[in-house]
Amino acid sequence: MQTFDLEAQGLRALNQALHNLKGANTNETAWEVVNPKGSHAIAVGVDAPIDITVRGSTGYYCAGMNKQATIRVKGSAGPGVAENMMSGTVIIDGDASQYAGATGRGGLLVIKGNASSRCGISMKGIDIVVHGNIGHMSCFMAQSGNILVLGDAGDALGDSLYEAHLFVRGTVKSLGTDCIEKEMRPEHLAIIADLLKRGEAEHLAKPSDFKRYGSARKLYTFNIDNASSY
Amino acid sequence: MSDFPHTPPKQSWTYSNDVNAEIRRAAATGIYDIRGGGSKRKLPHFDDLLFLGASISRYPLEGYREKCATDVWLGTRYAKKPIHLDIPVTIAGMSFGALSGPAKEALGRGASAAGTSTTTGDGGMTEEERGHSNTLVYQYLPSRYGMNPDDLRRADAIEVVVGQGAKPGGGGMLLGQKISDRVAKMRNLPKGIDQRSACRHPDWTGPDDLEIKIMEIREITDWEKPIYVKIGGARPYYDTALAVKAGADVVVLDGMQGGTAATQDVFIENVGMPILACIPLAVKALQDLGMHRKVQLIVSGGIRTGADVAKAMALGADAVAIGTAALIALGDNDPKWESEYNKLGTTAGAYDDWHEGRDPAGITTQDPELFNRFDPILGGRRLKNYLKVMTLEAQTIARACGKNHLHNLEPEDLCALTIEGAAMAGVPLAGTNWIPGKNGF
Repeated sequence: MQTFDLEAQGLRALNQALHNLKGANTNETAWEVVNPKGSHAIAVGVDAPIDITVRGSTGYYCAGMNKQATIRVKGSAGPGVAENMMSGTVIIDGDASQYAGATGRGGLLVIKGNASSRCGISMKGIDIVVHGNIGHMSCFMAQSGNILVLGDAGDALGDSLYEAHLFVRGTVKSLGTDCIEKEMRPEHLAIIADLLKRGEAEHLAKPSDFKRYGSARKLYTFNIDNASSY
Repeated sequence: MSDFPHTPPKQSWTYSNDVNAEIRRAAATGIYDIRGGGSKRKLPHFDDLLFLGASISRYPLEGYREKCATDVWLGTRYAKKPIHLDIPVTIAGMSFGALSGPAKEALGRGASAAGTSTTTGDGGMTEEERGHSNTLVYQYLPSRYGMNPDDLRRADAIEVVVGQGAKPGGGGMLLGQKISDRVAKMRNLPKGIDQRSACRHPDWTGPDDLEIKIMEIREITDWEKPIYVKIGGARPYYDTALAVKAGADVVVLDGMQGGTAATQDVFIENVGMPILACIPLAVKALQDLGMHRKVQLIVSGGIRTGADVAKAMALGADAVAIGTAALIALGDNDPKWESEYNKLGTTAGAYDDWHEGRDPAGITTQDPELFNRFDPILGGRRLKNYLKVMTLEAQTIARACGKNHLHNLEPEDLCALTIEGAAMAGVPLAGTNWIPGKNGF
């Protein structure tokens, strides 16, 4: 285990050390970051199959653009956690602020608490599992990937949605423009079962508890008669 | 018929034929007019400025013997690897999707041969452009289409796009006609649908967030790459100051003449300011912060000639960017395609339906039949020629003003032909010492 004291050694040294592992043959596969104290951009741009545990809460963009790594935050995460993630896994033990998983293209983001507004905004292939609730405007313009919410969703879920799959167990305060409830088919139940398993939530819910939401695809080609929807 | 004189028919200025035609078009189609390009209005522009040239009080440099340097450094504030270009004319961001792959290749070929940079656009980085561009600026846009850390790291600079001169405050729309399999794949979207690009970034709002976002990008790229911030010409004094505060190495300022791949005509013509009005305000912001020349300023929007380059630099820009002019150099709107333009209901020089993907010149299209008409090697050579000519023209003027580097041009080398130009540029009206607005007059 490599222990890195962020307060003593600094952010630049941490990220450089993690970047140096790209393509390297290394036994330094387990990392622990102590004293994060809400710092921004912790473990961003990592591209190595390593495990990183952050012992405390993080500021903006923790695990941004992650590839391959498994990053656990033993606390809560600030805005934009795992933004544009490519692959790997990011697990937040606490809550996540705005834009969690924004534009994520792959990998898995698990938030064991609640996520704030715009969770999964513009997601492009990432899988997101939220054990609690998600805030308003979540999955705005979400393009692809899956989000599984064990709690409730706030206003305007899935506004201007493209092809992402949204699964919510609790209530949805309101659906955004062009987002509708859709039929749950066996292939969707299989996706949910997989997300529950990988999202460490099998003990909390079962696939049949969820409803599926997706795009009505009415905004895919501009039509003046839909102008009031924009 | 009466023999008495009668009042001849008189067209309304307010309800001109053009205006009436647009009203009829809107009534018939139920959609606003979307087009490419920048503002077509007659705007105060560099044409309203003149160089004074040398005289008794200052002497010129010999045209073909005394050196007038043209190189420029970009990103010297924080980047470990700042960019050094041979000429201060760069190629502005234009997306693959809006442009064909061969057109992007030609931009890379021409720019590299002339010693300057190209810029990606709202569609990710293509191999054509990376492979043929010695220096490539990678745009970081609200849509994040195609964004990934590997391309960030293989870029030579990163441009965080906040706004664009053609549409400050606006997002984008790439209509379904241009969403080929390849474009759709790069953007993670279904083929053939209209693709909306958001007007705000998904994971930050405001200057304080931007500062953190820039820091994140620097961390991901190990502080190697220059970070540009591109703004539309809306509030250039404050936007420039805030970009500097947020940590930009370079500010890119785009006036309303700057082109777009597709935006509402009403937006293009009614939002934003001409570049002439923007430059002095941005330079003032840099000077007030003590950052002029330390944070470099690239300006764009209607740069066509070496004279425009020289005027922009005399007003305080470090470099310029061209988009529309580069496309014209490649062959866009060339009269040789006139019969085909006519079939599309337009004429060479006026063709602006770039979003429809039916460009006869094969540049703003994803149709293989059309883009295969375009020769990227020849296109690159034409662009190189044009860039070289612009540079020579700017040098000619700079030497006449007694300057041994384009960066030594200054507002004192200029006068204005119009009161508007004088007021916007902050230089005297020709033949007077009057700068409108200065000292309360």
